[in-house]
Parts: sequence; structure tokens; C-alpha cells
Amino acid sequence: MSKRGITLYLHVHQPYRVRNYTVFDASIDHNYFNDTDSQSNHNNERILNKVADKSYRPMNALLEKLLATHPDFKVSLSITGTFIEQAEAWAPDVLESFKRLVNTGRVEIVSETYYHSLAFFYSRTEFERQVEAHKAKVREVFGVETSVFRNTELSYNDELAQWAEQYGFKGVLAEGWDPVLEWRSPNFVYSPEGTENISLLLKNYKLSDDLAFRFSNRAWEEWPLTVDKYNSWIEASIQDQPLINLFMDYETFGEHQWEDTGIFTFFEEFVERWLSNPDNTFYTVSEAIEAHKPVGKLSMPYTVTWADSERDLTAWLGNSMQQEAMRHIYSMEDDIVRSGDGELIADWRKLQTSDHAYYMCTKWFTDGDVHAYFSPYSSPYDAFLYYLNAIRDVRWRLHEDHKTGGLGG
Amino acid sequence: MLGWELPPHNSGGLGVACYHLSKALALKGTSIDFVVPYSAPHDDIDFMNVHHATSLSPLHKFGMGAYDSSFIAQTINRDGVQGLTSIRDIQAQYGRFVEDFAQNNDFDAIHAHDWLTMEAGMKAKEISNKPLIVHVHATEFDRAGGSTGNPLVHEIEYQGLIMADRIFAVSEITKQIIVERYNIPADKIEVVYNAIDTLSFDANYRYDGRTYRYLEGLKQEGYTVISAITRLTIQKGLGNLVRALARAVEKYDRIVLLLAGDGEQRDELIQLASDLGISDKVFFTGFVRGKQWRDAYIVSDIFVLSSISEPFGLTALEAAHHDNALIITKQSGVGEVLHSIFRYDFWDVDRLADQLVGIATSPALKESLRRNVTNEYARISWYDVAHQCMSAYSSVRPVEVFA
Repeated sequence: MSKRGITLYLHVHQPYRVRNYTVFDASIDHNYFNDTDSQSNHNNERILNKVADKSYRPMNALLEKLLATHPDFKVSLSITGTFIEQAEAWAPDVLESFKRLVNTGRVEIVSETYYHSLAFFYSRTEFERQVEAHKAKVREVFGVETSVFRNTELSYNDELAQWAEQYGFKGVLAEGWDPVLEWRSPNFVYSPEGTENISLLLKNYKLSDDLAFRFSNRAWEEWPLTVDKYNSWIEASIQDQPLINLFMDYETFGEHQWEDTGIFTFFEEFVERWLSNPDNTFYTVSEAIEAHKPVGKLSMPYTVTWADSERDLTAWLGNSMQQEAMRHIYSMEDDIVRSGDGELIADWRKLQTSDHAYYMCTKWFTDGDVHAYFSPYSSPYDAFLYYLNAIRDVRWRLHEDHKTGGLGG
Repeated sequence: MLGWELPPHNSGGLGVACYHLSKALALKGTSIDFVVPYSAPHDDIDFMNVHHATSLSPLHKFGMGAYDSSFIAQTINRDGVQGLTSIRDIQAQYGRFVEDFAQNNDFDAIHAHDWLTMEAGMKAKEISNKPLIVHVHATEFDRAGGSTGNPLVHEIEYQGLIMADRIFAVSEITKQIIVERYNIPADKIEVVYNAIDTLSFDANYRYDGRTYRYLEGLKQEGYTVISAITRLTIQKGLGNLVRALARAVEKYDRIVLLLAGDGEQRDELIQLASDLGISDKVFFTGFVRGKQWRDAYIVSDIFVLSSISEPFGLTALEAAHHDNALIITKQSGVGEVLHSIFRYDFWDVDRLADQLVGIATSPALKESLRRNVTNEYARISWYDVAHQCMSAYSSVRPVEVFA
């Protein structure tokens, strides 16, 4: 019988934030992402370095240490193309440390769209191009192939699983959301509806979000979270079940939960505690799928994500500004791709990153607090205007340089 | 002359009107002492004496424009607590300055602009027994944009209008409001329209098409640029303009709207344009000045003054000067002095949409409107306005209201 395992999966991502790009810039200055103000919240280089100091460097050092100390420790990472590009340009040491992790053979890279986009919901051809681009980048940088897929923001439905199976993936990741699972537990492997050869891993959102969202919250009744307490919760959850899938943003460690909250020490001690029991182990996502047969079919006809209390796409596509922004960007696909203009295509794709739509979110209540924290703009309306002006400039370049498309959309 | 602002320390049209009126009066030989409630150099003004009633810096630095009276309710109870911070405090100090001035100087008439200076004007009249002329550029009913407005401001306006020996209203619309809402006899009120001083535009200015290059690109593709150059505030009726654009786009989609300016309604308008699915047809510039401001008039083909209540609306004359076809609400006073324009009721979205499509699809119509309005706006001059004022100064005699 296989061991009881934790599947730790961390998502690594940085977008190319749009600078304060005005009507007066459109058609004049084609630089959307490079803010010359070194102190600006839209200066992507500054932000990457800030997060690298707080999160990527210390966490990768800790992961390296844990991998060296514990032969059973494993982790899976999805690393977006936009992150890799930024790390190549501004923090090559960080990228090197990720390579060392992957070279241990116990760190698996998970597939996703290169640009962390919502292309699956707008254009299947563009979506596949971005999946392929990500696969190629991972091959080039890390020298490995990917075999398990996760879509942006863990957005998932039956159609995505069917697509992933056809594309050749053996596994796909999703949120283990109660209203979908009903009486079922996320601590098993499932088989998506309408598929035969692909497995579904579900995030145990309670135990994941205890770390990702609640760890440092002093208003939380369980604060402070000790290793003893957390371990007892894991034990209670996994009883008679094979898996605990802990899926979260990589930046949980050091950026969302700062070092002074004790998150790094907590994590190190927890890994030791978990592995001190010889019945316990860690799985990569592929190993978890290989070690456990699906216990049954699971259907998610409607899109489920890992965001907000609704677990849907409303944080990205919930208001009309977000819908307009996505409509405009994807309506240009044919002309952009046909142009063959590498820079233009890259800029257009950087504008597809879902974070841009997230910054336009107007759900300002419980969930909105999170959005405000993660937004570099003073308001969602500003975020929308800058984005729209960048769209206009992309139209301008298509029109001027390639004689296609109209400026009016 | 009692005013609240002069360029460049103005927050809008009131200061501009006061400046040009005073200049024209001075050129006709009138000697003017102009009192402003702040201290700041007015080096370019050599045609009159500018007096500074307080040592405060210009008002807009305190967020107290000449147009917004809503803050009074919040600050009036704090009199004295924070020193000279509320507009009532500034008005009180302004009043004491004018009182002193009236006691120690000789003059023939008192000309007070809007409610802000009316109390000071009444005091000056009481002391000097000289005629008080109250010049109404906007009433509290206009500023409130459909809501009731501030009762204290209404009260001051009412007193000022009662005590005035003569009232100048900037349009028939404003005159009607004074008659109907304040029960002032119509024969006490004279309509004195504003004018435009085309010589005041920078002669070195050149249009190079770069500021709004994207819009110029759209025009190359046959698009018509509609503009509103204004504060983005309820009184301006811009929601209906955006709705009309959406209606018009259903019929003819080669039109875009330039909204040049900023204000508390901006986010609402952005949201509205998105809700209507025309977000990429509306261009928000934020606050514009200098070349960006001037270029906005030039890139524009059709200028819309969509105000719910606009006593005059000088921007329409500026737009005419820059060769725009004009569409103006029936609730805007400037429409009374122009004829080659389209008019609509501020709420009539369908009618505005129809007019927009009509002009955008007919080059002949657009050219006729542009050309003909040019002849009309040019006839309105500040010298005529000054002449009208001087007649009043010499003919009006104070009514003995304080006896």
C-alpha cells in the first residue's frame, strides 16, 4: 500500500503591469510595461526584486535545504513565462536557484499558459499556442517535459479536462470546492467527466488557505497557527484517505505572509514533523496520480477557480469593464498573429495576463480587500483606462505597421 | 468690483469673465478696484487695481472653487476651530476688507459677482450709499444640478438680489430662474451675455496633430470626433451624452467621444461606457491645460454642451472659435446668442443621438454649421458688454433700503 502523501504545489507568477499609460501616449509611445520611475508601483523590475528578496530567494534556499535533508520531500511548481522572462532580465540568480531545484529530480514543473491568460475562455487556438510556448520555455530553461496541466487561477471545467486529455496530459489540477464535491473528499484522485485517461487532483482548500490566507491573521480564532495544531488538522483530514493536496501561490511564503509572521520556520518544522512519521511522504503531482487510481467520476460543468468566496471568474470577468477589456484584446487575434511582428505579438500576449483584468475588479467588500492589496493602481477605473489606451496603441501599430485592422476596433 | 477669482488663479469661467469684463471696462475709461479673497501676484493686470482681502493663497489650493458650495454644510460648524479654513471665514474677512475700503475710498458703483461676494456688496452699499449691481453668473439652483442646493447659499442669494439696485444675469435662462425661484421683478434684471476675447489665445500656438495623434488617425479613417471639454460633474449632463453616443453608434459607428477634463463623475462615466459596450469609443484625458486643452478643441469636429443647467457656457464660444459644429442643450444660456447650432433638452438622449449621426454623416451639414456659427460668435464682444455695464453704472441710482 502506498504511503500517505502531501502534494505541495506552488504557483510562481509575475505579470507585466501596465504603467500609467494615457491617451496622450497611445500612438506615440509603444512602451506599456516599462515605467521609468524607479519607485513606481508599476515598475516591474522594482517589484520583481522586492518579491525576490522577500520570497523567491529565501524560499528557494529553504526548499533546497529541505530537499537536501529529506529524501522524501518533493514539490511541484508552475512558473509562468512572464515570470521566467522577468527573472532572466532582472534576477538571474533566482532563475538559477529554480533550476537547481528542478535538477534534484524531485521538483516537478506543471504546465500552464505562458502568459497566465484566460485564453481558454476566448480562443482555443491562442490558448494552445500559449500552452505550447510554455512547454518550449520550460524545456529550454529547465530541460524537462511537463505532463500535468493547471489553467490560470486554477480555473477548471469538464471541457478543460477533456481538452487536456486530448492534448496528452495525464493530470489536471482544480479547486476542491464543497458545492461541487458535496459529500466527497478532495483527498482522493478523481476522473473528470467525459475522459478516460486523465486524473484530477483537487486542492484541499481549507488546509491550503490556512497557510495562504489565514496564517498571519490575528483576528482568526486559530491564530497563532502552530506546527502541532496544523499537523493535527492534516492528520484528521487524511485519516483513511491517501492524499492532501496543498495548492497555493508560491508568494505565500515571504510576500503574502511576511517572514516576521514565522511562515518559513513554520514550514520547515512542519515538513520535518510530517516526515518524522515513516508512513508519510510527499508526492509530486505526477507521482500522486501514478500512486492512486481514481475513485470515481467527477463533473464540473461550470467553471470553478480558486479565487474569492464565489470560486468563479467574477474577480476577472465580473464587471463590464473587464468584459470590454477582454473582448477588445481577443478580437485582435487574427490580425496580430498574421502580422508576424514578434514584438507586437509579445506585447499583445502580455496584455492577456489575467492580472490586468483583476486590477479592474470592483468587488470591494470582503474579497475586494484582497484585490486592493494586490493592485498597483489607485482605482480599478484607472487600471481600465491605462489598459484601454494600451489596446488602442496595439491597434495603432497593427494599422500603421501592418496595414491591417481599424483604429476603431 | 467684487470678485472671487481672476486668471490664472481661477477654477473656471467666472474668473475669465471677470477678467475680460474688467479689461474692456478699463479700456473704455473706467477706473476699477477689484477685490479678490486671496493673495497672489497678478502681474499681467495693469488695467486695474487688484486688492487682496486676505493673506491666503489662491482658493483652489484649499479645494474651494467658485462653483462648489456643498462644503459649507461640513465646515460651517467649525468656525474658529481651525482658523481661516471655511469659506464662511474667508467671506467674513473679505467683507471686513470691503467695509474698510468703502469707508476710506470714493467710487461710483459697486459691482458684485455671484453669491460669494454679495454680502460684502451689501455692506459696501450700506456704508457708501452707492448703487449695488449684482452680477449673476450662476445661482445655487444651477450649481446643485437638480438637487435642492444649500439653503444658506439660497438665503444669501435672495438677500443680495433683493438689496441689489440692478441685477445682471448672464442669460435669459438665468433671468428666468431669478424671477421664478427668487420672486424678483423682471424689470430689475438685465441680461448681460458673456463674450469671448479671441485675442487672449496664445498667438504663438501651432497645432501639430501630435497631442491627439490617435484621434487624428481615427479621423483619417473617416471618424468624427465629438468632444466635451468640461469638469466631469453631474451638472454637465455627461451621462446623457455617453448614452446618446451609444444610441448613435447603433446607427453609425464611425464616431468617438473625447471627454477632456476631470471630476467626481469620472468613474461613473467610465463604468457607464463599459456597460453600454462603447468603452473604446470614449477617450478620457484627465484634466487638460495649455496645449492639450487647446488641441482638444482643434481635434474635435462636434462640440456638445450637455449641461442640465448652464447659466451661460463660455466653452461653446471657444469651441466655435476652433471651428466646431455645436450642439447645445436648451438649458444652456449660450444657446441664446448662437443660431447656427443644434439644440436639445438635456434629457433627450434620442434627439441628441439623431443630431450626432446627422452631423457625422453629412459633410455639408457639418460645414454649414461650422461656417455659420463662426460669423455669430465673432459678433459678441466684451466691448459691447462693457458698454452695457457702463450705462447701468451711470443710470442706476441706489434705492434707500437702509434708511
